[in-house]
Order: sequence, then structure tokens, then C-alpha cells
Amino acid sequence: MGVLRPAGEFDTSYAYDMATIRQRWQWWLLFAFILALYTLPFYASQSVVSLVNRIAITIIAVQGLNILTGYTGQISLGQAAFMMTGGYISALLVNYLGWSFFISLPIAALGAGLIGLIFGLPSLRVKGFYLTMATLAAQFILPWFTRNAFPDILNGAQGLNVQTPVLFGIDFNTPQKYLFISLTVLILSTIAAHNISRSRLGRAFVAIRDHDLAAELLGVNLFKYKLQAFFLAAVYAGLAGALAAHNIRHLNSETFNLIDSVIFMGMLVIGGLGANLGPIFGAIVVELLIEMATLFGPFFITLFPSTAAGAVQALRPLFFGTTLMLFLIFEPRGLAHRWQLLKAAWRLRPFSH
Amino acid sequence: MNWQLLPQFAMTGLLAGGPLALTALGLVLIFKSTYIFNFAQGQLLLLGALITWWFAVELGLPLWLAIILALLLSALIGLIIERLALRPMTGQPLLSIILMTLGLSQVLHGLALLLFGGVQRNFPQIFSVANPYKITTPFLNNGENIVIILKQNLVWSFVIAILGVLIISAFFRYTNTGLSMRGASEDHELAQSIGLRIHRIFGISWALAGVVATMGGVLLATSSGLDLSLSVVVLAAFPVVLLGGLESIPGTIVGGLLIGLSQGLVSASKVPMVRNMSEIMPYIILLIVLIIRPEGLFGQKRIERI
Repeated sequence: MGVLRPAGEFDTSYAYDMATIRQRWQWWLLFAFILALYTLPFYASQSVVSLVNRIAITIIAVQGLNILTGYTGQISLGQAAFMMTGGYISALLVNYLGWSFFISLPIAALGAGLIGLIFGLPSLRVKGFYLTMATLAAQFILPWFTRNAFPDILNGAQGLNVQTPVLFGIDFNTPQKYLFISLTVLILSTIAAHNISRSRLGRAFVAIRDHDLAAELLGVNLFKYKLQAFFLAAVYAGLAGALAAHNIRHLNSETFNLIDSVIFMGMLVIGGLGANLGPIFGAIVVELLIEMATLFGPFFITLFPSTAAGAVQALRPLFFGTTLMLFLIFEPRGLAHRWQLLKAAWRLRPFSH
Repeated sequence: MNWQLLPQFAMTGLLAGGPLALTALGLVLIFKSTYIFNFAQGQLLLLGALITWWFAVELGLPLWLAIILALLLSALIGLIIERLALRPMTGQPLLSIILMTLGLSQVLHGLALLLFGGVQRNFPQIFSVANPYKITTPFLNNGENIVIILKQNLVWSFVIAILGVLIISAFFRYTNTGLSMRGASEDHELAQSIGLRIHRIFGISWALAGVVATMGGVLLATSSGLDLSLSVVVLAAFPVVLLGGLESIPGTIVGGLLIGLSQGLVSASKVPMVRNMSEIMPYIILLIVLIIRPEGLFGQKRIERI
């Protein structure tokens, strides 16, 4: 499907062959789209801007998971724990050492990456379901650590209040201002993820996913590349976690929990595993579903009076779980695959194939 | 170590391992015959306890009848789950199946919240709360023998849980259905080719897992009360299963007791940091098991060939 091109378009140079965006109108479309996103604060309400902020940060976390699960095939239920790690590192650097957020952000990403490496170590010995269990252990041990270790710095279960980022005297203290940071990081991370997936590294990841023993016979160093996948996934998680922490301005061991890790996996499957657009589609659809639960909540209270205020909390997992199960049964390749089919159908119109 | 408290905590920990073993049994039952690791077991357990509560308290049925009805209903729920959610996943990759049970856990959690609400409920007491058992140990503290106090519900939950595990292992060993389930666990295609109805076997496994989950849910609800956090107990049962071995039914007892004991021992420490470790102790053991002996104590070592 990927080879379907408009009529008359030929690869006249190697650079053109490798290009992601090929035609001038596509550049203009992309430029208009990004411009529309950046100018969102001028025409959208505050709640919409906050939602876009949250979606942008979530996409970054899911992109990391896509590298680990989508490309390398290692199932992880610890992504939220690595987000928490990144959030804590950045919060500590800014709060106690007075560093700028823009310096602490990459350090938080690297720190989370190193912690991710530690929990990726079992991938040397175990795989598949057993590895899932090892990452699940991260999801319990890391939050426990923040609750119990160094109570005078980490402040135990209460957690930390996180300062807002300041750059050149501008305090990014509203969702409208914060949008500039989260969108910029999102665009950079998307470009990075796309280029990882089509480089030597990405091809090695895909080889491991498709058949690990065959990949090893072809000379792919399994342990090295698996660890790199864990590192990259945790780096993305650390970025997302630091961004989220300074956005919510509060951080404790419950901010990113097991359910979040499950939801990230669900987003990835709904969006499309191993597709660059997968995390973007998945995060947007699931976040909107969760928003819908908030909208439908009052209506459901009239149907199930016993639930009362719990209706919204009940609808969120219900909507998410049902959608995930339906996608697994009817479209396991996710929305990204549907998007490919749609594009192909559009290019071939009026013929069916 | 707080030596005077050690016997008490060790004993309580061991007894808490009983319901853990029963919860782990539900996981092993499904894994043994279908190769599916059921992340929704905790929600099944919660739902079973809620249904029992509904029959016993809302409808005012006698407790024994309520439990029997709930067991039947949960077997039906298990069958429905197998038919609607897991059968379409036959032959799909591991990731899809893991996510299916995770999605299922979210749906069941939402349903439980929607139908029953999130409030704490008083579960009818099965065992008397008044007279705890007292055991005098040979250990001395200031010239007096240390006395262990054990609540009745803790002891009886333990006994019932262990009995349940033994009954299920006897079922696996001595009945025809149990034999065909063991056969199916060896190889799905092979089992089908010699005439075992594999989907019926999967259905029975899920129904049994539902029954076991409800038993566990009722036992846990009598001792710790009934609210949505009941499903969290299964998170401590995952390490039990891996420690005992994924396919091993006796392994669940050994694993449950070891994990329970380790939690009890850690709680007896004088250092607050170590004492707080009791909640993550199962996962520390899990990591050790994964690194040293991934197949667990009694699991089968599967050799991978190209």
C-alpha cells in the first residue's frame, strides 16, 4: 500500500526517494496544520487547549512505547512508571537546584532512560509474557520507592509541588503558554521516532520483533538492540513525564499508575502497532473517548441511580475497555491501517483496486 | 528484627497465603489449558464477591444459597467471556491476547462500578469475629511464652482455600474432564486431532476459573470488607503464579505460602523502610525468580528451537 503514488511521480534522486513529504502541496498542508495547532490559544477555549496539551504529552509517551512494543515486540506495562521517574527527576532539579526546566528536561529523559535500562535487563533471559511481568514489577517498585525513600527530599506519598517553566522572563504558567512547549517537543519527538524507525536501528528492531532467533543469525545483537529499545522507550517516557509534571504542577506516586500503563498499551493497539501514525491516532481517539465519558456521565446517572457520582469513573474504563476489545477482534492493525486503506482508496478512485 | 513479633507475623503471613494461593489457582487453571494469562482475574474475583453480596444482602437470601447462586452465575460469566472475548483471539499473537484480558479487566471494573457503585460495603460474616484462636509457642520473651493470636476468619479462609486447591488438583488428576484438560494443555492442535473438543475444554476452564475467583472473592471479602480495591489482591497473585510455576497447581500453594510468609517476615522488621516493603515484596521475589529461574519452582522448562 505504501508504494501507491499519484500518477506521474517518479524518484529522480536518492534524496527524493528517501523523502517523507514529497510534494509542495503536502508541505503547505503540513505547515498550515502546524500553524493551526500553534495558534490554537487564539481561537479555542481554555479547556480545549488543556486537552490538546494532555494529548500531545500522551502521544510522546505512546511513541516511546511504540518503539519498544510496536517495532521491537517487547510488551511493557511499565511506561507510566518511567514517566513518573522523568517527572520526579525534572521536578527535583528545578525545585531544589534551581535549574531551568529546559535543561532539566533532557536530563530527566536520560535519567528515565537509564532506569528503563535496568528494568530492561531481564530481557536478556526472558521474553514475551515473562518480560511483561518484569516491567509490571517496575510499575510497583518505582512508585514504592518515591513513597518511601528519602522522605525529606521526595516528600513521601504527598509528593512534590512542581514549578512552572520560565524562559527569558516568560513564565509558562497557563495551558495556552504551555502549549508552545508541549507542541514543540511533540514535533521533535515525532521526527525522531520516524527517523529511528527507518534507520539501521529501526530495521534491527523490526527484525527482532518478527523473529528473534532469525535476527540473531543475521548478526543482529539481540541484547544490545533490546536494551536500546528499552532505553529509547524510557527516554520518551521521561520526556513525557517531565512535561506532564510541570503541566499539572503536582507530582506523587499515584500521578502515573498501572492503569495509565494499560491505557498507553491500549492507545497503541487502537492507533496501530508499529506505525508512525499509530500513537497519534490512538492517543487522540482514546483521550476523546475519555472526554466523552465525562459528557455522558450525567445521562448515565439517571439510568443507574445507584452509581451516582461514580458514573464518570465507571464509564471511562468501560468505554476504553470496550473500544480496545472491539479493535482487537475486528481491526487488530489499528486506525493507522485504516488510514492507509483510505488513502489507497482515494488514490485509486474510481477503481476499486 | 522485632523478635517478639516474629512468630505472630510469620503465622499471619502464612495464613494470608491461603487466599493468595486460591487466587493464583484461578490464573493457573486458565493458563494451563488455554495458554492465556488472565489479567482480568482480579475483576472476576471482585464481581463474584459483589454478586454474592447482592444475593445475600439485597435479596435477603440465606448466605449458603447466595454463595451457591453466585458460584453458578460466575461460572456462566466465565463461559460468556470465553465465548465472546477470547475465542475470536484463537491463534492471535501473545500481545493481542494479553491486551484482550487487560481490556476485559477494564470493562469488568467499569461494570462493577456502574452496577454496584464504589462504596464500601459490609459483607456478611461467615466466621465468628469474637473468639480468636490463641496458640502458645515454645519461644520465650521475658520468661513468658509468646502467644500467637489468630482471627477465626483468617484460619478458616486458609483452610477453605487450601481445600479448594486440593479439590481442583484432584479433579485434574482423577476425572475424565480433568484428563482432557491436561491433554489440551500439551498441544492444542494435537488434542483437537485426537477428538478432544478444545473449545468446550476452554469454556470449562473459564467457568472453573470464575468459580474459583468467586470463592476467593467471598473469602477475602469476609476478612477485609468489600469494595472495588478487592481486585488489587490479584496483583500479589501474579508473582505467586510465577514463583510456583505457570502450569503447576501444587505450585500455587507453595508459592502462595512463600509470598505470604515473606510479606509477614518483612512486616516484623523494626526499620520502617523495610516494614513498608511488604507491599512490593511479591514483586522483588518476582524479579529474582525471573532472573534466576524463569520457569518457577514447579513449572515446565520449555526448550526453544528454531
